[in-house]
Amino acid sequence: MTESPNLVAFTPERLETVKEIIARYPEGRQKSALLPVLHVAQEQWGWLSSEVMDYVAGILKIEPVEVYEVATFYTMYHLDPVGKHVIEYCRTGPCCLMGGEDVYGHLKKKLGIEAGETTTDGKFTLKEVECLAACGWGPVFQIREQFYMNLTNEKVDQIIEELSK
Amino acid sequence: MARKILTEHINVPGIETFDVYRKQGGYTAVEKAIKTMTPEEVVEEAKKSGVRGRGGAGFPMGMKWGFLAKPEGVPRYLVCNADESEPGTFKDHHLMKCIPHLLIEGMIISSFALGANKSFIYVRGELMYVIRILEKAIAEAKAQGFLGKNILGSGYDLELVVQPGGGAYICGEETALLESLEGKRGNPRNKPPFPAVKGLYQSPTVVNNVESISNMPWIINNGGDAYATIGIGRSTGTKLISASGHIQKPGVYEIELGVSVEEFLNSDEYCGGIRKGHHLKALVAGGSSVPILPANLIMKTAAGEDRLMTYESLSDGGFATGTMLGSGGFIVFDETACIVRNTWNFSRFYHHESCGQCSPCREGTGWMEKVLHRIEHGHGSMHDIDLLVDISKKIEGNTICPLGDAAAWPVASAIRHFRDEFVWHITNPQEATAPGAVYMGEMALV
Repeated sequence: MTESPNLVAFTPERLETVKEIIARYPEGRQKSALLPVLHVAQEQWGWLSSEVMDYVAGILKIEPVEVYEVATFYTMYHLDPVGKHVIEYCRTGPCCLMGGEDVYGHLKKKLGIEAGETTTDGKFTLKEVECLAACGWGPVFQIREQFYMNLTNEKVDQIIEELSK
Repeated sequence: MARKILTEHINVPGIETFDVYRKQGGYTAVEKAIKTMTPEEVVEEAKKSGVRGRGGAGFPMGMKWGFLAKPEGVPRYLVCNADESEPGTFKDHHLMKCIPHLLIEGMIISSFALGANKSFIYVRGELMYVIRILEKAIAEAKAQGFLGKNILGSGYDLELVVQPGGGAYICGEETALLESLEGKRGNPRNKPPFPAVKGLYQSPTVVNNVESISNMPWIINNGGDAYATIGIGRSTGTKLISASGHIQKPGVYEIELGVSVEEFLNSDEYCGGIRKGHHLKALVAGGSSVPILPANLIMKTAAGEDRLMTYESLSDGGFATGTMLGSGGFIVFDETACIVRNTWNFSRFYHHESCGQCSPCREGTGWMEKVLHRIEHGHGSMHDIDLLVDISKKIEGNTICPLGDAAAWPVASAIRHFRDEFVWHITNPQEATAPGAVYMGEMALV
């Protein structure tokens, strides 16, 4: 994010969504909208810069620090710029039993990066996450809302090649 | 065939839509409850059913409802806990994705029973696609007059809100969930006051798991007494089991409580047995938090009785030789699984997920992860085994919420039942750290 704070704004459609979200809660409880609104913000900007978090604080009429403490607590919010596709790979026990560690090794080699890194072409960021509640269909990773399940090395190759196009 | 309460219609094509769900008898329980029963009568049926909290704690749902404070002029809230994050557990994910209207119908009945006019379904943020499924189903139910103002002309109003989490296991703890729903960090609250007195927005609140609430349509249609005839003793009704690991058929299965562990594991109706050519080594029966059991204590209790899928039978023998039903996260390990590596993996999970509020958990989970990491990677000392037990004891019972216990139990039980495997890692570091190396010493396999 390089824009100055006054250039940060939701698109008109997203601003409508944000208003609908705020209206869900009782009068004076608009802070409840914080987590869902941060998801909307991340959808628009890809990650949460301090400018974006300050902007959200303004909309919800709360202090910026109230946004920072939430954004830094929950693992889904990206606090640094990310690639076009963020691969969130499950590293927890049940997925490992299904060969998750081997497939992970293959994925890292395929992308040429480690967890927390982004490919030089900016297409992929790799993140390790804990259990995604899909243990029976492991190994699993997630890209945005999409779950990729029963992964094998071949499947990983296919997915990465498809998304690289 | 076992009776199905939650999954009877789950494979009907189009069951995620209002019309198909309605054709299968959906929403008749809402009609019955709202048109012919009082809220107190609905609570009474829940009590009679004996249904216990399916998120893991197993506390009777009707009794929990009975604790709800009802001061004049103060709103009451029902919050559904759909933050399913316990490793090995994926049943709520499956249920909400496949048959969203079942939960919504349960929410309407339960909200009516509790006198709540605004209820929340808190879904872990990673399941955004499930949130969209639920929101679509809610819009359909609203269009048909089952939600919103003056439901079915009864004068009862209910609004359902689906709230996404942000990625935090701790928000499955009910007071952390309420903090999160208020737009804050998921730090569990000190209790008392309990949510039944001061919960969401300091108002009386009930928090129930997805599966618990989804039992309500059947209970209203058939009666709490009928529900209580299924199962054994205080383990009434059915339970969704999430089966994963080294089995033929991983997936979500609905069992009548009381089926034997052996049948669940080996019958083709359920797991279909251990994967071909392999043997059972260990089992985590109720999600990563519950004690791991070795093969010789899985099918039979220490007293030699058949081990059953019930709250009581799984915990038979206490932590010395038993475990817990927990959330029903059934993780199966064959002889190729390394217990030390898995224990380290689980410890890393709890360290990562500790909210950091209580020092025994914040520090202790990190120490356990570190010590287990060095044992797994060939740098452990014999002293480390007792050190782990010591740390686990100092965490257990010394934290605001049960995450501390949940982190301590897997470590303590792995050492209790698989100490030889830890010793082998420490005394044979080169062999133990070779790629794919697994302890094959003296060990009972089934």
